[in-house]
Amino acid sequence: MVENRPFAQFMAYLTLVIGVLIVAFPVYLAIMASTFDTATIINGNMPLIPGDQAGENYSRALFYGGKLAREPVAMMMANSMIMALGIAFGKILISILSAFAVVYFQFPFRKTAFWVIFITLMLPVEVRIYPTYKIVADLGLLDTYTGLIMPLIASATGTLLFRQFFMTIPDELLEASKIDGAGAFRFFKDTLLPLSVTTIAALFVIQFIYGWNQYLWPLLITTQSSMQTIVIGIKKMITTTDALTEWQIAMTTAVLAMVPPVLVVIFMQRLFVKGLVETEK
Amino acid sequence: MEKRAHISGWTLPLLLILPQMAITVIFFYWPASQAIWQSFLREDAFGLASEFVGFENYVALFEQPEYYRAMGTTAIFSSLVAFFSLAVALLLATQADKNIRGGHAFKTLLIWPYAVAPAIAGVLWMFMFHPTLGTLGRPLNVMGYNWNPMLDGKDAMILLVLSATWKHVSYNFLFFLAGLQAIPKSVIEAGAIDGAGPFRRFWTIIFPLLSPTTFFLLVVTIVYVFFETFGIIDAVTGGGPAGQTTTLVYKVYADGRLGGDLGGSAAQSVILMVIVIALTAIQFRYVERKVQY
Repeated sequence: MVENRPFAQFMAYLTLVIGVLIVAFPVYLAIMASTFDTATIINGNMPLIPGDQAGENYSRALFYGGKLAREPVAMMMANSMIMALGIAFGKILISILSAFAVVYFQFPFRKTAFWVIFITLMLPVEVRIYPTYKIVADLGLLDTYTGLIMPLIASATGTLLFRQFFMTIPDELLEASKIDGAGAFRFFKDTLLPLSVTTIAALFVIQFIYGWNQYLWPLLITTQSSMQTIVIGIKKMITTTDALTEWQIAMTTAVLAMVPPVLVVIFMQRLFVKGLVETEK
Repeated sequence: MEKRAHISGWTLPLLLILPQMAITVIFFYWPASQAIWQSFLREDAFGLASEFVGFENYVALFEQPEYYRAMGTTAIFSSLVAFFSLAVALLLATQADKNIRGGHAFKTLLIWPYAVAPAIAGVLWMFMFHPTLGTLGRPLNVMGYNWNPMLDGKDAMILLVLSATWKHVSYNFLFFLAGLQAIPKSVIEAGAIDGAGPFRRFWTIIFPLLSPTTFFLLVVTIVYVFFETFGIIDAVTGGGPAGQTTTLVYKVYADGRLGGDLGGSAAQSVILMVIVIALTAIQFRYVERKVQY
């Protein structure tokens, strides 16, 4: 900094600490709520230090579920995990292949193909929700993982990211591998793929979070309780008639729903930031 | 930009691009064109027959007072979330950019809400501000302010704005911090030598240099409020009370599913597509020009 002002430093700390506290408080309350029984929460004076019901709440939520729906949260988490991983891997696979084709080959309609993919960048699934629903229904993919995953990987973010990265790779590498007699497949496997590891990982982190947090799409196409994802499951635990809402189970589920993506952000922060910044370019 | 060196052959590249093309056509172009086509049709009550009605669905839409109300709600919701999430993020980013100990830890502690699903964010805030059992909602009522987001449209909107802002500050913070770190220190030092204090430096040097980031974030935030907050709205208010928190996207969903008016819902989808394309186009134009450099 330009000048050294202890007061400004102090104000910076104060602002940041207040910011962190406000950011953390709602989650802190949810964690606290997951350690009490219904009665303690309902009467409106929930203590701010943990109670002793945590073991009971977590084991009940995970293996039994709320008393309204009775769907074990462990099963919902498995569904969310399959969807998130499917979206992440599916998108990486199709987009690295198409970016490879667009950047390294010359073929008829190459520009057209690129634009056809590029335009999908603009329209989120929300604006074409019912027609997409109808197509998935016609294909018989309701209540399947394929139906959950496919429509959400139809977007250009990954392709653009890989294209951008491939453009920075020096042409000499391709020329060298050609001289060494390597074909397209060898070049892809031995040169391109190893160089792309960080980009792949960054895209994976972003897409995993995106997939795990999906809401509208799974809400529409899953009808069977065995296909429920955790984000949808929580909503069903909270009813408008307050008397029926088991807040301790709902909050336990909320905590469980936050754990995987938040851990990913915290422990893969560098990749997360890279992915976020580069997919938005 | 083009590569000089290429791999020859064109059956292989077509095979490589095929999976993405197939998925894009089946799950993107086909439904998008269906939405446009459907917006010109009217289906009978059983969905058995449909007739071409031209722009009737659009005309009917613009005669609905509810549609204007949804527009108004969307405008208020997005401007409030945009203002607060940008302002708070900028404040935090300028503080974190000061050369302080533990700056990196603060960054980690501020960005994780990005990973929380919008619907979960909504549930957390609803629990906190629940009128009878919430840690913050109950005291409001005890103190005599009649707080009830389940019954009062204004309270419901406040709750939505709070949860949507809470979730999005992390994103804006990250980009502002990156933007601030990209500003050369020499420019700021030059300002200081000329006698400008911290406030003056911020408003005359830093803020203008940051304007491309701000503009980019403004567009991203508006798109976020339009689409991703669907989960928050559905989990917290369900568009209520009495439709007072129904945004444009929520109305597409509610009219098509609960109301069964697929033509009207499709017409709304088409209008939304036009809005998003316009926003994206504006963004590309301005980002190219690099606002204020």
